[in-house]
Amino acid sequence: MNYEMVMGLEVHCELSTNTKIFCGCSTVFGGEPNTHVCPVCSGMPGTLPVLNRQVVEYAIRTGLATHCEITRYTKFDRKNYFYPDLPKAYQISQLYAPICQNGHIDIVANGEKKSIRIKEIHMEEDAGKLIHDPWEERTLVDYNRCGVPLLEIVSEPDFTTGEEVIAYLTALRAILQYVGVSDGKMEQGSLRADVNLSVRPVGQAELGTRTEMKNINSFRAIARAIEGEAARQIEVLENGGRVIQETRRWDDNKGRSFAMRSKENAQDYRYFPEPDLPPISISQDWVDRVAGELPELPKAKKARYLAEYGLPEYDVDLLTGDLALGKLFEGALEVCGSPKECANWVLGEVLRLSSETATPTDAMTLDAGKLGRIIIMVEKGRVNRSTAKEVLEKVFADDIDPEEYVKAQGLEMVRDDKAVGQVVEAVIRDNPKSLAEYLAGSGKVRQFLMGQCMRQLKGKADPALVGQLLGEMLDKISKEN
Amino acid sequence: MLNGMTALELGQKIKERQIGVAEAVREAYAAIDAREAETHCYISLCRDRALRQAESVQQRIDAGDLRSPLAGVPMAVKDNICTQGVPTTCASKILTGFVPPYNATVFRKLEDAGAVLLGKLNMDEFAMGSTTETSFAGATRNPWDTTRVPGGSSGGPAAAVAAGEAMFALGSDTGGSIRQPAAFCGVTGLKPTYGTVSRYGLVAYASSLDQIGPLGRDVADVAAVYEAISGYDPQDSTSMDRPAFREKPTADLRGKRIGIPAEYFGEGLNPEVKEAVLQAAWLLEEQGAALGECRMPELSYAIPTYYIIACAEAGSNLSRYDGVKYGFAAEHSDLQSLYLNSRTQGFGPEAKRRMLLGAFVLSSGYYEAYYLKALRAKALIKGAFDRAFEEFDLLLCPTAPTTAPRLGESLSDPLAMYLGDIYTVSVNLAGLPGLVVPCGFDHSGLPIGMQLIGKPFGEKALLDVGLAYQELTDHHKKTPEGRALA
Repeated sequence: MNYEMVMGLEVHCELSTNTKIFCGCSTVFGGEPNTHVCPVCSGMPGTLPVLNRQVVEYAIRTGLATHCEITRYTKFDRKNYFYPDLPKAYQISQLYAPICQNGHIDIVANGEKKSIRIKEIHMEEDAGKLIHDPWEERTLVDYNRCGVPLLEIVSEPDFTTGEEVIAYLTALRAILQYVGVSDGKMEQGSLRADVNLSVRPVGQAELGTRTEMKNINSFRAIARAIEGEAARQIEVLENGGRVIQETRRWDDNKGRSFAMRSKENAQDYRYFPEPDLPPISISQDWVDRVAGELPELPKAKKARYLAEYGLPEYDVDLLTGDLALGKLFEGALEVCGSPKECANWVLGEVLRLSSETATPTDAMTLDAGKLGRIIIMVEKGRVNRSTAKEVLEKVFADDIDPEEYVKAQGLEMVRDDKAVGQVVEAVIRDNPKSLAEYLAGSGKVRQFLMGQCMRQLKGKADPALVGQLLGEMLDKISKEN
Repeated sequence: MLNGMTALELGQKIKERQIGVAEAVREAYAAIDAREAETHCYISLCRDRALRQAESVQQRIDAGDLRSPLAGVPMAVKDNICTQGVPTTCASKILTGFVPPYNATVFRKLEDAGAVLLGKLNMDEFAMGSTTETSFAGATRNPWDTTRVPGGSSGGPAAAVAAGEAMFALGSDTGGSIRQPAAFCGVTGLKPTYGTVSRYGLVAYASSLDQIGPLGRDVADVAAVYEAISGYDPQDSTSMDRPAFREKPTADLRGKRIGIPAEYFGEGLNPEVKEAVLQAAWLLEEQGAALGECRMPELSYAIPTYYIIACAEAGSNLSRYDGVKYGFAAEHSDLQSLYLNSRTQGFGPEAKRRMLLGAFVLSSGYYEAYYLKALRAKALIKGAFDRAFEEFDLLLCPTAPTTAPRLGESLSDPLAMYLGDIYTVSVNLAGLPGLVVPCGFDHSGLPIGMQLIGKPFGEKALLDVGLAYQELTDHHKKTPEGRALA
């Protein structure tokens, strides 16, 4: 029996506002436990929430960037349950009138275009963190995260494959970065995805029973979690069992999911409208202003890059998928005017340095203008590529001035035919064995000779020139022999 | 000595340096020491703090920094109002040991004005009750007859003002909790328009209904305290500025159209209470007010509407008391038993009853039938008042169907107790201001209070009429000891 998957995603995104959603505490990540707290976010008696306007602004931006309708009269509701990371024993969220509804994100997966519908986007507050003390039988509570603003983005169950899910998350993350509301880092918890998944025999119209999976901390883990859970459900069904509707915790280390604290009765959250916060009336003017301030979004940017720069789609996806890389690309392009070169450098050397130094792309301080100037130096023949790479490393690490550095270190490319010719001659002369091999027909040895020439020239020669002269001389010797 | 004065009169004497602040505070404590054993108005006293405060206030007065008419006046607040550094228990075991690290906005405003805190006043647990008998600290007794209740839930504030154990007090009113005790204790009390007084620092019972308000010896005192505590607070999103009182309340009845709600004078109303309230109405009419009857049949839904909404919100508001963060934590073996034991042992039966009721009406399957319906009924009730105020400037009616019952009589029949709120809850549901002034006594000498209900932000009309009434009568000048105010 063949089965197909039906999936929906609930993505929680931590907003990068300076302060929390209902109080003035800092949202900065880290910090000693319980130092970014106040009576409001720690649920002390008599305290009241006050809405951070920036959160609403960010929600409108996100809604517009995902083609949602903005709810003009939006309000908050209380979701009541007991857990130690929830100091008020209720979460202020939105159920009845979420701020955004009926949007979509277009994706490409497995070569096919698809539009994933967004059911709604709503604002809510994050809960704290529970830390299990490994030495004693106790759990410690840190309220720093209580009240950090979240946007919850709920999709319709439009996903049928893991690739679609990854494509959607990639696109969503890019959008969130582009509109400046979140850095969207799954590993750091600023982007969390819960997957609702059910299976059904191919062709069956009725949906199967779905489970919800939490604690998925990377894109790769999502792929594994989806595969694992689908397999688990199929096995249950094949063995004649029934899938239980429950919430499961994905353990990526163990490669399987575990049912969470049993919810024998579906949790009744007793939602009711939050009486401490008046409803928010969002005017057309406000929406228009936010719409007017939206930057070029990833999809539009991609179309423009493909049309204007003629870059391969794979490269364009990488450049538009990461806000920092895109900015670097555009900044360098402005200076040197060569899209192909900029793309190569950004996706080649810059990414390599980012990875080697373990610097996340949005933490790089590399100046785009300086990158552009390095590219110009190469194009003008002032330095060769390997020198340029060295200069880039220095700019990346220490933000030096590229032209001055080249000058000071004497790294200009040697292009003097005569000087190069002399070195080539000397190398051939000093390596009679290699010459003999070459004459005997070995092509590989030419690379060795080339390498020796470059070494003699301290890497500063124009490789094209060296190669040309070396080739000429070798040809000449061949003919003579 | 202080018994002969109102708060404003004392404030004036302090300003004129006839009485020192420390002296006034010591006199207040002398009165407390003399009467507390009988009345039990206070949950806690803060003598050292008060005397230090008195010194500091005196210095500020001497330096000319304090101009408020309440500067130097000793007062007290209900124990559900957060006072930084001073224990705040809401008369509940589950908050034993809780000392707020922050002030309620209203309390900060009063201290800025120079008023001096004597202590925290007794109340029904978490403001849930009409007799102050559900307090974990034991009942307060009505100073007029100590075998009787002072009313609730602001029984401590009302009794303290009546007994001269505070010059004025702050209470809170969700369904009548300032007004009914004011009536039972023969003092003046105001529940302001919802939103005109900040709730920041008021331990929440029912968020959409709660308001803090003043209790005092007369309308002038109450008006002055209301002036000091009201206004928009950025920490309370449901607060707003009200139109400022351009002038002090004036005793002017001419042209005031006063409505008498027919539904409030029907069955169940004690005849002596009815008589006293009607006499008050006729007196006002004699002085130039126009009386008229108004019909508000929607008010018959007020009690169930109130209890559904209040309990739903209360259940949620009280969920944070769990033994994890502050207050009482019971012996436990795991998280579940920490929650269960702390809440079982920490709350009294009335609080539990209301939390259970609240959980029920919000539970899935019942939400539409109860809570949603109640919200709609609330809108209808407000509509009834809106219609009445097209014809009238204010409404006049009884505050409670009876005078103060005896201690121990009420708790055995909670529903009957709930019905006693019949005249007051609708005012909270509609968010309107309500003023209670003493208007007589029954045959046993127990106070009767009449209630004036105003338009939204219509406190001035209430205070004007109340002031006029108090210029014509002396009920508010009587005290339990039989000594009339000078």
